[in-house]
Amino acid sequence: MRLLTHNMLSSNIKGVTNGFPLRIEAEKVVEKQVDFNPDFLKNMFPKLEWKALADAARSLGYGELPDAADASMLDSDDFLRRLHHALLELHLEEGALVCPETGRKFPVNKGIPNMLLHEDEV
Amino acid sequence: MPSNCLSPLILFRFYVILQSSRMMAPNTAQIRLVSSHPEVYEPCADSFLLVDALLADRTNLLEHCPTLCMEVGCGSGYVITSLALMLGQEADGAYYIATDINPHAVRVTHETLEAHGIHADLISTNIASGLEKRLAGLVDVMVVNPPYVPTPEDEVGLDGIAAAWAGGENGRSVIDKMLPVCDKLLSKRGWLYMVTLTANNPSEICRQMRDRGYASRIILQRSTEEENLLVMKFWRDSESQLENSQIGVGNKNVPARLIDYLLSQVSTLPFLRHGNSDND
Repeated sequence: MRLLTHNMLSSNIKGVTNGFPLRIEAEKVVEKQVDFNPDFLKNMFPKLEWKALADAARSLGYGELPDAADASMLDSDDFLRRLHHALLELHLEEGALVCPETGRKFPVNKGIPNMLLHEDEV
Repeated sequence: MPSNCLSPLILFRFYVILQSSRMMAPNTAQIRLVSSHPEVYEPCADSFLLVDALLADRTNLLEHCPTLCMEVGCGSGYVITSLALMLGQEADGAYYIATDINPHAVRVTHETLEAHGIHADLISTNIASGLEKRLAGLVDVMVVNPPYVPTPEDEVGLDGIAAAWAGGENGRSVIDKMLPVCDKLLSKRGWLYMVTLTANNPSEICRQMRDRGYASRIILQRSTEEENLLVMKFWRDSESQLENSQIGVGNKNVPARLIDYLLSQVSTLPFLRHGNSDND
């Protein structure tokens, strides 16, 4: 699971109002190189919750994102490359995503988060 | 490359190169590389029809330059893998997401993607549960081969492979749950491709979608002994002018469309993919 996907996931448990972002418990993180595409990053940037991304990257061992970001930073190649790395090249292979409200853990195995709910959570 | 410097001979050479390169770089998943599991739906006529429909619309898809593509119900991974291959994952910088309610299917899809050297982010979930809030309005292309078979209602949503086909009354149970989710996730320029049976009452589906602001058309259909399958495409209505202009009527459009088509394929030629310093 890459951090762009993590930035799009929230707790789907019934009744939860503050389900985003899911806290990451990382057991295995893998880095996989992806071609740099600035247009894609500039497209996605306005849709990102930045603080959630920066925190998530840190929990995967990457602390190079600034705590805050605005669109003017997209002119900087250095910023774009850091964003690229955090968003697309870090993979959470094993671990869990934790609901911030209930503490319920959604397991991540082989990079796949399991968001299927039990009957009493639906 | 201005179109007025392309002579018929050059066009012909492009065409020959294109055809041979397509043989070298497959633009659909290869069956021998598709993984399987007893509880996972294997690619069948409906899967092939959906991929054929996407191939038929490939020029439009490439021009559309989707940023985010998503499949709901990825099964064996045949469709999402084919979509990524035909759009060329690196060249277009698109992000692929796929979900399935069957955890075996998600694992099988992962294997199929890996076998083809494609990456998509996968999530085990019911339709798009967990993604709906944040992904709303962001998906440019959605593809769905839903459980469309008319079955008793109590067969819907059971664990295992039956979830791949059990569609309840008129086969609409799951489709009717999916449509509002698709509407929520699709971007302003979002396109939805969905497989249905005539038994699902597709014209009523189109009416429902029209109420939500979508135009629709049948891209491909196929009758087998058992089923009459359709692939529908839905898009938000303000785009209907654009869609009509791509159909192209009259002889004078044909050469221009041929040039456009060939030019759009140039970037997919393997020997041109690297070292394009004059490409922005």
